[in-house]
Amino acid sequence: MRVLKTCAVAAVLTAGVVNGAYAQEKEITLCWAAWDPANALVELSKDFTAESGIKMNFEFVPWTNFADRMLNELNSGGKLCDLMIGDSQWIGGGAVYGHYVKLNEFFDKEGISMDDFLPATVNAYSTWPKGTPNYYALPAMGDALGWVYRKDWFARPEIQAAFKEKYGRDLEVPKNWDELMETAEFFQGREIDGKKVYGAAIYTERGSEGITMGVTAALYAWGFKYENTPGKYDMDGAVNSPAAVEALEAYKKFYECCTPPGHSDAYMVANLDAYKSGQVAMQMNWFAFFPGIAKDEAVGGDVSGFFANPRETVEGSTLGGQGISVVAYSDKQEEALQYIKWFAQPEVQAKWWKLGGYSCHKAVAGAPDFPTSTPFAGEFLKAMGSVKDFWQEPTYAELLLAMQKRVHDYVVADKGTAQEALDKLIEDWTITFEDDGKI
Amino acid sequence: MSTQTIERAAERVAQATPSGLSRRIAGLSDGAIAWLFVSPTIVLLLAINIFPLLWTIYLSFTNYRANQPGRAIRWIGTRNYERLLGSEDIWGYMQATAHFVCWTMALQVLLGLGLALLINRNFKGASFWTTVILIPMMLSPAVVGTFWTYLYQPQTGIFSYIVNLFADVGPLNMIGSVELAPWAIVIADTWMWTPYIMLLCLAGLRSIPDYLYEAAEVDRANTWQKFWYITLPRVLPFLMLAVLFRGIENFKMFDMVVELTSGGPGSTTELASINLKREAFEKWRTGYSSAFAIILFVTVFGLGNIYVKALNRVKS
Repeated sequence: MRVLKTCAVAAVLTAGVVNGAYAQEKEITLCWAAWDPANALVELSKDFTAESGIKMNFEFVPWTNFADRMLNELNSGGKLCDLMIGDSQWIGGGAVYGHYVKLNEFFDKEGISMDDFLPATVNAYSTWPKGTPNYYALPAMGDALGWVYRKDWFARPEIQAAFKEKYGRDLEVPKNWDELMETAEFFQGREIDGKKVYGAAIYTERGSEGITMGVTAALYAWGFKYENTPGKYDMDGAVNSPAAVEALEAYKKFYECCTPPGHSDAYMVANLDAYKSGQVAMQMNWFAFFPGIAKDEAVGGDVSGFFANPRETVEGSTLGGQGISVVAYSDKQEEALQYIKWFAQPEVQAKWWKLGGYSCHKAVAGAPDFPTSTPFAGEFLKAMGSVKDFWQEPTYAELLLAMQKRVHDYVVADKGTAQEALDKLIEDWTITFEDDGKI
Repeated sequence: MSTQTIERAAERVAQATPSGLSRRIAGLSDGAIAWLFVSPTIVLLLAINIFPLLWTIYLSFTNYRANQPGRAIRWIGTRNYERLLGSEDIWGYMQATAHFVCWTMALQVLLGLGLALLINRNFKGASFWTTVILIPMMLSPAVVGTFWTYLYQPQTGIFSYIVNLFADVGPLNMIGSVELAPWAIVIADTWMWTPYIMLLCLAGLRSIPDYLYEAAEVDRANTWQKFWYITLPRVLPFLMLAVLFRGIENFKMFDMVVELTSGGPGSTTELASINLKREAFEKWRTGYSSAFAIILFVTVFGLGNIYVKALNRVKS
């Protein structure tokens, strides 16, 4: 009897160990930011687990700490993440420092063609060096900066009449930054339904990337360029051009005239809160949040309208979004690649869009009914047609922090002039490129 | 404890020591035994404090970047120090730090001593109020920073509301204003750490023997004279110790200010430690940030030494 008992215990233990080992082999961790699309991805990935038997774990970090946390993870060669949906600007560092697995061979073997994805997203999220067919990610989440407005307020006859009386034109979706500012100025301090409201919530955050993403929306609409000659790092005359100075001055004017009091350190969530609480008539934010807004109880449905970043001298939108990469330090690269193969399928991409993710696959975004599939899909396509990204250099974090400081100093802290801010930015960026051996 | 008792205890320890070990120890000199006991501590100290310090000094003369392990480390002499000392921005961060340290210390000393004098009167419910006053210092600085952002909210925050009760200034933008943001972090830190100064002052006050005040009564000293000639000199060493601890901590202040302002608006509240973290772990300029860390270390160490000498003089 005793022997039998011992055998039974041993059998149970052995089964447990084997099961544990098996389960351990068949699970991978995907790292991304904590936001609405991440929840959609969790939902979507259940199909992958059902098909492959590989359990998915998720490590989602709030946006304000996302870059900090995940770049530390990559730089230290950590094994936490098998798959990384990293920001587009990380692709340079990911490739040069060997954090990401190069996917060309895998794509060729599995018949995954980058021609099936929107060219702007392939270029921004997957390639390094830029414009070359060296792929380190699959475009996962298309995104750009756009605007949301209170369609219901815009439609009110008394508001329309007051606007026409003041500006001599109809109140409608702004076509350029001058109109955008006029519209925001019109709503600033106005009383609607017995409540004082403000013009717009724009990005002003200091700590991570917020104000840079906001300011570049203005800069790109004024035709901003990082270099005179692409790849030469000759920034003088481009970064501090008269048009760039004018754009930066416009952003500062916008901040001063038309934002709610205390809106001096605001990024995605702060803008969403200001908008959803009925505090502002418009908000600047990523398209990724628009499905959530369209479904929101307070501001969803016909209450809100959406538009791409207005032009000033040219069409231009700040690029968001990410590609999905396999982390080079992962012990489970096979399973991670299996996930990418599954994710690249058109039917999975279609479901991804349906759940709230922005597919970059032509079969989805290029479908004839796509622009009318949601109230913001058409504007999304328009924005993606003119996106521009920040530096994607390996030293991007250093370049970004310098811009955060210089533009926040000027726009929010009112230090110096726009010309000085951009001149100093060139000095900072020159030091970075010199240290990196680029110039 | 009498000498006999100690001898008996030593005998018991000797008997309990394994014979092998006692034979080995018996062959050692007193000095060697002393080294034997302190050596683990010294090894730990070398590994945790001295080696990292020396390594940081070395790195401060190089172009090393911790996020590029494969890159060759190049000796660049004093270039990092020249860049640092010639940078206007660095002096701005140092000024912001000095403003923060000086004002928090001044306010906390005044309020802390005042509260200690009040609590020391032993009124009914003094213990309860002592506990209530101590609550802020028990909170995490990050939590304090976060909830003060709500208190400072211009439209819905209670701070703006209270100020507007006394002066009609409209929504008060404490965090977003260049003029007010440095005071916003001073007020939040003072709220959090005044109880600490109060606690140390209270310990000092409770250590003053009553007979000194009784003698002063006999000499017909008034309240001010009693405070100036008895209370203050007796409390001063405690107060100075509290200032030393808090001064060093505030020189390194990071978490509360990051939560409250992220160093903004612009770089108005970007304290030296916040900038150091950005340089070291966001920009990954390890050599440069090592040089900055050494400069900060030398500054705190130098000021701390001068202060300790002054403290010893006060004590003596």
